[in-house]
Amino acid sequence: MKALSINKLSKTYRSGLQALKAVSLDIEQGDFFALLGPNGAGKTTTIGIITSLVTKTAGSVKVFDTDLDDDPEQAKSYIGLVPQEFNFNGFEQVKHILITQAGYYGMPAHEAEPRADELLKQLGLWEKRHTPSRSLSGGMKRRLMIARALVHNPKLLILDEPTAGVDIELRRSMWTFLRKINAAGTTIILTTHYLEEAESLCRNIAIIDKGEIIENTDMKTLLNRLDKEAFILDLKYPLLNNELDGLDYERLDDTTIEVEISRGESLNSVFEVLSRHGVEVVSMKNKANRLEELFLNLVETSEQSA
Amino acid sequence: MNQSRQQRHWVALSTLVTREIRRFFRIWPQTLLPPAITMTLYFIIFGNLIGSRIGEMGGFSYMEYIVPGIIMMAVINNAYANVASSFFSAKFQNHIEELIVAPVPNYLILAGYVAGGTARGLCVGIIVTIVSLFFTRLPIEHIFITISMVVLSAVLFAIGGFINAVYARSFDEISIIPTFILTPLTYLGGVFYSISLLPEFWQNVSLLNPILYMVNAFRYGMLGVSDIPVVAAFSIILLFIGGLTAFALYLLHKGTGLRN
Repeated sequence: MKALSINKLSKTYRSGLQALKAVSLDIEQGDFFALLGPNGAGKTTTIGIITSLVTKTAGSVKVFDTDLDDDPEQAKSYIGLVPQEFNFNGFEQVKHILITQAGYYGMPAHEAEPRADELLKQLGLWEKRHTPSRSLSGGMKRRLMIARALVHNPKLLILDEPTAGVDIELRRSMWTFLRKINAAGTTIILTTHYLEEAESLCRNIAIIDKGEIIENTDMKTLLNRLDKEAFILDLKYPLLNNELDGLDYERLDDTTIEVEISRGESLNSVFEVLSRHGVEVVSMKNKANRLEELFLNLVETSEQSA
Repeated sequence: MNQSRQQRHWVALSTLVTREIRRFFRIWPQTLLPPAITMTLYFIIFGNLIGSRIGEMGGFSYMEYIVPGIIMMAVINNAYANVASSFFSAKFQNHIEELIVAPVPNYLILAGYVAGGTARGLCVGIIVTIVSLFFTRLPIEHIFITISMVVLSAVLFAIGGFINAVYARSFDEISIIPTFILTPLTYLGGVFYSISLLPEFWQNVSLLNPILYMVNAFRYGMLGVSDIPVVAAFSIILLFIGGLTAFALYLLHKGTGLRN
């Protein structure tokens, strides 16, 4: 059974903006799925339609085989949403927010309370349980949104840029948490601007641009498509005017060069050329996240073909 | 969670109503205290100071005559204001999304907010009634009519507040209707006078004011006197409740002011 099946989903806003153009997408049960795209590509509109926050123009959405039009209540009961913007009542206490949300999903207070306690402890919010949500830090608010989305034990968790503005330590701890709940059987859909996040967490990926899916495959296949990799090399002495024949490189400053090598090519060949020219390297790092390069390539290609 | 849909609905509704009631109790200095103070001033100024010079109205002292109208005015205003401000705040802070993404049918969203508004209207009504007892005796001639009319009026204006909040795009827009429509209609709705005091033309104009029917039917329940037939009051209020409920559900279905 598919966790989510989207068929020819379209959305045209009143302004005339065509945000989605017959998008189709299937996400398997248990998957950790990345939905990526540049700003304004249609990610949030897609999520908005799945979660009933946005009215679709055409197409259909099925959540665990339940059509959102035929039985919206059943379909919605499967979903937990972590939206991009904070959207809780700033005056309500943290624990009340969770219990209230559970109540909307039909979970009575005697069941919701232990569940809320469990999540507050897991997400490091226990000490703040009686605090009005407006007094929480940004990171805590993000965690509260995750707790709220999980309080009714959803089978499908949708996270719309859950780690935006979150420091790296907290981001890593959220990754660990998300991996754990995915391993426990929750299907997760993630949109993020941190491509390293998608590469680290997700098994399958779709890239959306200008309302169309331009790539939909598994992460491994996508990464295998990389034919070039770039490295930044810090040199011991300034390069001055030497030409490094036989090396595909770019000079960033006197003591820094960027070297590009083809996939499968040995780094030894780079060092052979450098040694031949008497260039000493003191440190080396991978230029960028691999997915980032692919992402940019795909989006650029899509823009050129448009 | 092996519950029937009905059980889930019941939990969702009681959750929403509890949240709404908790909200107006949490901010009681804004919601419960001001009407108590304002209405006390009405009793002192209109009932005691001015009323003692007016003499009798409808066979009752002026204070006795205006108490039902003042209670009804407080109920109507607070039922309306509660839903208008709560629902608009939920839109403004985007936490209305908590309800939209949840499996809560539209009629339960409406019922929850209306029940919350009705609860505040009735709480304020009870407070004002208690305050009025410091100024006058309070007979109740027809208990069923008294209670049903106050509850139906609170429900009607709570639905009105909901529709106002659905359309509102700013806090100003939830105060326009109460200021420019509700308050004049209330003051001209026979709270402080019997329409028999008006010239015939203005008596007929007053009959177009729905609040006149509520105030008079409520007064009939308490004092046994009314300017209009009570059956007409119940018919009109039920008609309005039916019509506005259908309209509010239509707005929710369309997602007006809520969904893109």
